[in-house]
Amino acid sequence: MEGIKDRVAIIGMGCTNFGELWEKDAIAMLVDCCFEAIEDAGIETKDIQAGWLGSVMSCWSGEPLAYALKLEYIPISRNESFCATATEAFRNACYAVAAGIYDIVIAAGVEKQKDSGFAGLGGVPMTTSGVEPPTPPAIQFALAATRYAHHYGLSYEELKTAMAKIAVKNHHNGTLSPRAHFRREITVEQALNAPMITWPLGLFDCCGVSDGAAAAIITRPELAKKFRDDYVLVKGLGVACGARQQTLQDSYDFVHVEENIAASQRAYAETGIKNPRKELDLAIVHDCFTITEMLIYEDLQFSPRGRAREDIDAGSFTLEGELPVNTDGGLKCFGHPIGASGLRMLYEVYKQLQGKAEQRQLRKADIGLTHNLGGIANSFTCAVAILGKRD
Amino acid sequence: MAGIISYGAYVPLYRLGPGTAGWMAPVEKAIANFDEDSITMAVAAAIDCMNGIDRSTIDGLYFASTTSPYVEKQAATTVATASDLRRDVLTADFTNSLRAGTNALRAALDAVNAGSAKQLMVTAADMRLATPRSELEPLLGDGGAALLIGDERVAVNIVGSYSVSDEILDVWRVQGETVVSAWEERFILDEGYRSILPEAVSGLFQKYNLGAKDLTKAVYYAPDPRRHAEIGRRIGLDPAQIQPPLFGAVGNTGAAFALMMLVAALEEAKPGDRILLANYGDGADAFILEVTKQISKIKNRRGIKGYMASKKILNDYQLYASWRGFVEMSAAARRPEIVMPSASAVWRERDQNIRFYGNKCRKCGYAQYPPQLVCTNCHARGDFDDVRFSDKKAELFTYAMDYLTPSGDPPLVIAVVNFEGGGRTLNMMTDRDIDELKIGMPIEMTFRKLFTPKGVHNYYWKSMPLRG
Repeated sequence: MEGIKDRVAIIGMGCTNFGELWEKDAIAMLVDCCFEAIEDAGIETKDIQAGWLGSVMSCWSGEPLAYALKLEYIPISRNESFCATATEAFRNACYAVAAGIYDIVIAAGVEKQKDSGFAGLGGVPMTTSGVEPPTPPAIQFALAATRYAHHYGLSYEELKTAMAKIAVKNHHNGTLSPRAHFRREITVEQALNAPMITWPLGLFDCCGVSDGAAAAIITRPELAKKFRDDYVLVKGLGVACGARQQTLQDSYDFVHVEENIAASQRAYAETGIKNPRKELDLAIVHDCFTITEMLIYEDLQFSPRGRAREDIDAGSFTLEGELPVNTDGGLKCFGHPIGASGLRMLYEVYKQLQGKAEQRQLRKADIGLTHNLGGIANSFTCAVAILGKRD
Repeated sequence: MAGIISYGAYVPLYRLGPGTAGWMAPVEKAIANFDEDSITMAVAAAIDCMNGIDRSTIDGLYFASTTSPYVEKQAATTVATASDLRRDVLTADFTNSLRAGTNALRAALDAVNAGSAKQLMVTAADMRLATPRSELEPLLGDGGAALLIGDERVAVNIVGSYSVSDEILDVWRVQGETVVSAWEERFILDEGYRSILPEAVSGLFQKYNLGAKDLTKAVYYAPDPRRHAEIGRRIGLDPAQIQPPLFGAVGNTGAAFALMMLVAALEEAKPGDRILLANYGDGADAFILEVTKQISKIKNRRGIKGYMASKKILNDYQLYASWRGFVEMSAAARRPEIVMPSASAVWRERDQNIRFYGNKCRKCGYAQYPPQLVCTNCHARGDFDDVRFSDKKAELFTYAMDYLTPSGDPPLVIAVVNFEGGGRTLNMMTDRDIDELKIGMPIEMTFRKLFTPKGVHNYYWKSMPLRG
């Protein structure tokens, strides 16, 4: 079994501003991010041989991407894996290139969320028996937060403070990201005193609901050299799907996400990473809620089990820390258009690896990870990607 | 001779009473939570009644109520399914009269005496509404009762009965109306209740050659406490013979009222006791009951006494008014509308949703909910036994309290509970005090109404902190 390591390269990326883009629809956002990526790669739309479009609730089939870019009768697939959608679109595109089927492809992700009229996620109405308890994302992760505090003997205040510090960090990073949805500092006190959304998660424990889109142009490394010197290589891709073990199995502990472990281990193995905390230069992870980022620290082996709080207190994951996490503000502040977020994460790593991350630029950025998590109440799809500089 | 084999009851957790902001009356009354109705209360009473009884031995279930949730669709089938009775049972609804509870009892006795059923469950539940702030409002309460009727191991022989059918427009509710109406009180008492109930009782006494002095206890319906005492005097009862009515604590529970009082009487009854049961509504039914030695074998019932002992006073009348649709409370946040459930999906999932069946893998013994086709533990396909989770004890594993999702009683508590003997569900929690929630606390399951989109009631099981 051959891995993906060094078999595909990213030669161009684009990302829209994230936020409440009242004046843009999904097509307009796709045009913006895809043309940025196309121009960044130095190609033309006619060079694109195939496409993958990620969207949870704004696009059906691959057609909107063809329509947006006026691609002429090329194959396009639509991907949907809840909030892990865009990384899945990217992964499928990578595999088609690695298989040698195509030379140049595009992966794009988009979500138009703010037309729903709802402050949170609108949701897709499904005709079912209707007895499934409502479990919007905040509930899924509040269940983990409650259990985490109990499991590790944290007081409510200790849990809330640890989570608040993650929000403060990501808000700070957001101020350095011109395209981010939320760009202002907050304090721990503000986070602690914020209105409750889903106890124990307050307003600042929850990420934004945004419109946005992002895209990548992918090719083989030997072709990449023709387009640019600072192309970025895919080092590892790991995906894992849950089978509702969280509620089917009464032993499931609710203080970790098994899908995170399975997906990251797969990506680490492909890349050849033994000690992620030491070997990674940055990680852009799925902080839909502060507690989620806290679990990710442990699941991805950035922190020892049960000890994320010590690393949070030590500032290990700040821009100046040992392993900067969510340098662009994360979902928390960059925003979370659910079908686009995975590619937005890749966009940040791509820019950091190229040394183009402006005020957020890390001194050393040779290898970076993205972690994208989507799911329902008891199952997730986790998609991890690791990118590295060319040799 | 047919009689009562077992009894059970249900009184909702919440009360309006002194302590409820905006409640003017000096008395308490039991009120169903926003997710309860006559069906769910009948299920709770039936489950109380069936404790320790093999459910497969029950041949039918009758449901009596003036507040059946549907105009056309049987409630008894839902109650029987949630009670996990067999499929080949007789179900019937007795409605439209305050006498429906004893009508159902009489029909069950007749069926058992005629030999067409060995054991029949009679359930009665009601939640009648009065105009807010009316004199009637403090008198009406919500609750249910269940009696298992059979002719073996009988705890209470029902020796005989006497009925009167009386055509009168005294209290009524027309279709589409939510509150009950009544004619002038002096007329309806003089020509209705005060004359018809004694007529049935004296008819019963004559038929069985009895007098008031022969009774240990008298259990009878009355619209209010004053008339209850008055009728006792009229029948010639000594105050000690009169089973205290539930006014001031539970309230008049309509079609379930007389049967709930009977359950309360049976909780104190001794072998040899002779009990009068009389009920009023479009006529009157009267029964004479004799308690046998089997009464002491009925154990571990919450009954009236148990359920009355655990209660919570609702903080605010406004919340109650929103539960009953008197006022509309705006949702905490704009959310998508809840769509009507798919009837075919509801039908397909009837065992897992209404009977609350999960299953257990025959290969590895792993219990799981909802029922699986492939085992979550050993991955074997298609080799399972049904497991009923509805009456299993459970423990709270973790929970969240959501302030945005619309709920009749925000915040919406979502719980993960682990069952004794294995298995877990994620569910909505009800009848909870958010300040008392604690990981590890004992939990039980309760049959509730989730939503009513387009008038269609969607029933399912919720978790709640163990009552009592």
